[in-house]
Amino acid sequence: MNGRSNNRREITLRTREALYGYGFILLWIVGFALFMAVPLVQTLNYSFNQVTVTASGINLEFSEWANYSRALFTDPNFIELLIGYTVETLVSVPIVLIFAMIIALFLNVKFRLKGLFRIIFFLPIVITSGPVIKELTAQGAASAPGIANIPAVVEFLATLPPALRSPVQYLLTSFILILWFSGVQILIYLSSLQKIDRSIYEAAAIDGASSWEIFWKIVLPSLSTATVVNAVYTVVTLSHFSENKVIRYIYDQTYDVHGGIGYASAMAFLYFGLMVILLALVYFFLMKWASRGTR
Amino acid sequence: MSFLHHPFADYLRSVLLGNRARRGLVYSIVLYALLIAIGFVYLQPLLFMFITSIKSASDLLNPMVQWVPTELFLGNYEKALRVLDYPNTLLTSILISVIPSLLQTVVCSLVGYGLARYRFRGKTLVFLLLLSTFIIPPQNTVIPQMLMYRDLGLLGNPLALILPALLGQGYKSAIFVLIFYQGFLSLPKVLEESARLDGASDIRIFFSIAVPSALPAYIVSFIFSIVWYWNETFLTVIFLEGGVTTLPMQLSKFTQAYENMYPPGTVNIFDRLNEAVKMSGTFLNILPLLVLYFILQRWFVESVEMTGITGE
Repeated sequence: MNGRSNNRREITLRTREALYGYGFILLWIVGFALFMAVPLVQTLNYSFNQVTVTASGINLEFSEWANYSRALFTDPNFIELLIGYTVETLVSVPIVLIFAMIIALFLNVKFRLKGLFRIIFFLPIVITSGPVIKELTAQGAASAPGIANIPAVVEFLATLPPALRSPVQYLLTSFILILWFSGVQILIYLSSLQKIDRSIYEAAAIDGASSWEIFWKIVLPSLSTATVVNAVYTVVTLSHFSENKVIRYIYDQTYDVHGGIGYASAMAFLYFGLMVILLALVYFFLMKWASRGTR
Repeated sequence: MSFLHHPFADYLRSVLLGNRARRGLVYSIVLYALLIAIGFVYLQPLLFMFITSIKSASDLLNPMVQWVPTELFLGNYEKALRVLDYPNTLLTSILISVIPSLLQTVVCSLVGYGLARYRFRGKTLVFLLLLSTFIIPPQNTVIPQMLMYRDLGLLGNPLALILPALLGQGYKSAIFVLIFYQGFLSLPKVLEESARLDGASDIRIFFSIAVPSALPAYIVSFIFSIVWYWNETFLTVIFLEGGVTTLPMQLSKFTQAYENMYPPGTVNIFDRLNEAVKMSGTFLNILPLLVLYFILQRWFVESVEMTGITGE
């Protein structure tokens, strides 16, 4: 008898707790349904239709896979842009990760004026926005200092096969901007570095390990989680960046007479699919590396 | 051989190369040289922007003038201020970034607290959905939203940005929910439990115990949210175009606005649009953020330690 009532009270307590839990996240659930789930399904629906917007509402005309096949097989620009996006992302992610890691390692050392350097390296978090980047790129201020304009470099680029030329060119013209996407990643690395127990370094040093060995055997493996997080963050940030050419193209097609909402929606989903593939690729590659590192 | 073991040689070696207790001079010099070089490259676009913005037309044309202008010329700023309609767009930008940020911070803290402190079914699902809101690109959801706002007559109205923030779907909201989740998770439960034994309600516990102790998370979230809202242009252009104009929106149509104000055929060559004016406009666009950053830099720089963000 007593046990049963205890049991029941346990259940009501748990229900009560769950109810409060749902209460706290209720606003978010409503918001998710209204601003994420419903629009996502609607966009998916648009992508299978010919959409025309009239004053009274929108007309849908079912067109099966027409929008998708048009994006993949007829449109000369879209596939080109997707390839460009893939190349740029795969070039940028390792640069951002390595740069962020190096800067974080620097900032983790104690030295005078560290505060000043921290301010410098986190500055781009504040100022990186679409229009600013666009203006800077237009003025050539984003290239690795002076390199992209040297005639010899231009000639060298011309001799490269096209498949190699675009990543190299991208690297030269946007090098600093790629680095500018590293701010948050430096923060994340720094926090991971600060969590490594100091005594491990001391123990390793006593055992005669050099700084080089300490980095590869202790520091790098303990940064593996942060690396995965940073890689995902970098891919997502680059893919959502408003000056991203694919995004600009989809946006322009939305209002284009020959494009339209249906076509833009189909491209949005294709782009999203590619982005997920890239994310998965980067994720599994790094996970494999991380599990090897801990062994 | 004995020369190498002379006490002075030992001393010199320890100063230059360091020993167990301290770093050597060589090491320090290399460290600073590297940091200064990287820092310079890193900030080069910013320096370029500022220096170009104070160049007069003759300095711009003079190939000898690269990094040091012959005079401090403020005429570009005068024009850029007018073209950007600075007082108005600045005020709009402040409102458009502060109000959604405030709501977003409060709502995300509620969600983070609910996830950190309560056990309920479907929590894993909520986390997965949260992650999906972070990953799904805006163009996959923006068109139906825009059409909905059009039907409601909210296009061009700041409410178009405020409503999602109020429902926890603001810009990059998933990150803030995770910040609060981590923040509340790292707080000790003891205080809240003893308050519960004393009969305090859950809501009271949240406001009087959890909120004050997670204050750093609030400040960091609020600041980052302001910055990200300020810099966001994809959604703001779609939702606010034709209504209010923010500073970045005005910057993105700078050329057009300039030519409306100074028609190319009618003004003399020195008043044509040049890169100095463009750079002044760009600099004016980031100036408020730079001010914010330098005043609050402690919160940016130490945000990680303060909020206890890990990396999970």
